[in-house]
Amino acid sequence: MKRWLIAFLMLLLGRGQKPRQLPPPDPVLDAEPPRSPGSELLVVVLLLGAAAAAIVFVVVYALSANTQLLGLSMGGALVLLAAVFYVIAKRLVPQAESDEPYPQLIHQPEQEEVARTFEESASRLTRKRLLVVAAGTAGTALAVAVVTPLASLGPILDTDRLYRSPWSRGRRLVDAAGKPLKAGEVIERSLFSAFPEGADPKDLAAPIVLVRVEGDDLDLPEGRENWAPGGIVAYSKICTHAACAVSLYRAPLNEPTAPKPALICPCHFSTFDPAKGAEVLFGPAGRPLPQLPLEVDGDGYLVAGGDFSGPVGPAWWGVRKR
Amino acid sequence: MIRGIVRYLDERSGSAPLIRKALRYVFPDHWSFLLGEIALYCFVVLVATGIYLTLFFEPSLHQTVYTGSYEPLRGRTVSEAYASALDLSFKVKAGLLVRQTHHWAADVFVVAIVLHLVRVFFTGAYRKPRDLIYYLGVGMLMLAVLEGFLGYSLLDDLLSGMGIAIAYAVALSLPVIGASFAMLVWGGPFPTHAFETRAYIAHVLVLPVLIGILLTGHLALLAMRHHTQFRSERGTEARVVGYPAVPGYAPRSLSLAFATAGVLLLLGGLVQINPVWAYGPYEPGLSTNGAHPDWYLGWLIGALRLVPGFDVHVLGYTIVPNPFWGGALFPLLVFGFLFAWPSLERRFSHDYAFHNLLDRPRDAPWRTAIGAAFFTWVGLIFLVGSADRIFVELGIPYTWQIWIYRVLVFVAPVVALFAVKRVCDELRVNELHPFRGMTGAVVVRSPAGGFTEQRRRPDRE
Repeated sequence: MKRWLIAFLMLLLGRGQKPRQLPPPDPVLDAEPPRSPGSELLVVVLLLGAAAAAIVFVVVYALSANTQLLGLSMGGALVLLAAVFYVIAKRLVPQAESDEPYPQLIHQPEQEEVARTFEESASRLTRKRLLVVAAGTAGTALAVAVVTPLASLGPILDTDRLYRSPWSRGRRLVDAAGKPLKAGEVIERSLFSAFPEGADPKDLAAPIVLVRVEGDDLDLPEGRENWAPGGIVAYSKICTHAACAVSLYRAPLNEPTAPKPALICPCHFSTFDPAKGAEVLFGPAGRPLPQLPLEVDGDGYLVAGGDFSGPVGPAWWGVRKR
Repeated sequence: MIRGIVRYLDERSGSAPLIRKALRYVFPDHWSFLLGEIALYCFVVLVATGIYLTLFFEPSLHQTVYTGSYEPLRGRTVSEAYASALDLSFKVKAGLLVRQTHHWAADVFVVAIVLHLVRVFFTGAYRKPRDLIYYLGVGMLMLAVLEGFLGYSLLDDLLSGMGIAIAYAVALSLPVIGASFAMLVWGGPFPTHAFETRAYIAHVLVLPVLIGILLTGHLALLAMRHHTQFRSERGTEARVVGYPAVPGYAPRSLSLAFATAGVLLLLGGLVQINPVWAYGPYEPGLSTNGAHPDWYLGWLIGALRLVPGFDVHVLGYTIVPNPFWGGALFPLLVFGFLFAWPSLERRFSHDYAFHNLLDRPRDAPWRTAIGAAFFTWVGLIFLVGSADRIFVELGIPYTWQIWIYRVLVFVAPVVALFAVKRVCDELRVNELHPFRGMTGAVVVRSPAGGFTEQRRRPDRE
């Protein structure tokens, strides 16, 4: 009890006394005189501005969530913070540059030791080459085995699927809404899109373009004389260059100075001549658009006269040229 | 309080010496050193905004009827991916801000990386002992371009759908394995539902993690080898001079970080980007004129447009389809050159030494000239991608432009090579700054009374 009292007394007496002053340690950084308080006040103002902008962001979010105001307030808050740190960097922290040596680049003894550790670890082996060959065999076989399940990702050997097409003789042409297309609806100087009736319009081989070639311009390749009833020609809409839809039709209105009519793909501007079996006039496409033979049925509707003249869309190694 | 935290950490990890060293780590100061940092901060913004977006986006091409608030598309059958992108933009509060900020950040990310690459190339910063850092950086550029492409392709809008179709054509065009490779990646003939989920997991997990790994290596090696610097009075091959991390450099870098994030959010809020509702959903049978990808794919669309129309045929069968040249071989050459350059230069200059000091571009005239030729070549092909816009704006016929470019891509790099070599040699002799250099000559009168023109500026060594 007495010891407790003394301890308590000492504590009371000791209170309020300054701890003994240690001599100040050497500064780590070179001392620089303080700047005028203006910069510090600027930082305070900027910080309060950032706080205000952040609050505005929350308020805007709660009220209208207007995208412009949200961006302005949050972006503004961050830009103000950037300004804060800029002022701190340029005005408030010590500006002394320092230097240090670039690290040592070569550790010759350690390099030597590392190499020798491995070499000497293998010093008891007598059939090194055989082991390396065996290990290489195991490693290669295992690597092949590990990547084999990736083949499940796609039918890598079934490339015949690339040739499939929903078009066949007698299949009617319908527009995007599914309405059958009459030959009379295909007017000159305009481009029409069509799909096989009942097929998936997202199939790459489904969409075709139709144009009516004017007068006696029609000059289709041999064997396609009956493919264009009334001058209406149909081609796959998928560009043979890079699979975009050929959706531009350059139909001159001010002949004869204008270039001749052409089907154009807007991706890389491959340009095809609809009068000549869609042969390539310009641009990167390497082969014509496949043509779809057309017929008109008894009711005046357009129907396919068969499948395309060649594989649809972009080419691959080993595909038939036409 | 600071003392307490440091003690806590040190007693548990023994890291006080390490922290002390980190605080004194010296950052040389030059504006061009900030480009890499901007890319880093863009990546941080991308990860943060990207995580938010995944919480609302539905990576599925299953068809659904759009019933959201965007009137022109209501009632239209679209994919869940496209519908969720619209809801993210119109229904989710702050969703559009985050989406647009993410998109802007991706564009600025690649800009910063490319400018950083140009800086590193023309100052020789990639030389030993930093060539490994450079390879990691070029690798990140490749990944960033792919990551960006997959990212905007997820939305299943018409514009990006056309881009995937082109990517499919390029995959098909690869020699020998093309068809199998495309079947593997897409899981069947284009278009497929499978591609969406694959692109999604690649975009939100695989590629960001890969970029993160390369980034870690990039920064760790940089920290180990220290930053390069230009020669100065105190800055030599042996000593690096600059602001210490604390107190000098940390606030500077924080300022840049907040400025980057702030500008990206301002862009995201105020400047519309990729308005997918205006493009409509993708259908293979639809396309739109004036379609351009994000800028960092401009060089590839330019190359695809530039190549003359031919496939390589043998006996009526196609061997090498056209998209291979512009879509596969061209990027292979570009990145092949970038990867090969440091060892090529070592081989021809026989300079196997360590370099901590940067060259000014003129100090290595052949490197600068070859680099100028290379970037002129890639830059021209990038411009080809905008030829259709030039036609619309200036009326120069598209076909003329393409023929002019077909000549220029061979002529301009050669011109650039010799012109830049000459400029470097002149600058080296005269020691002038190319932009703010003195244009007059210094004439000195000798004690004997004669006048001579001084070739070197008096204030240089």
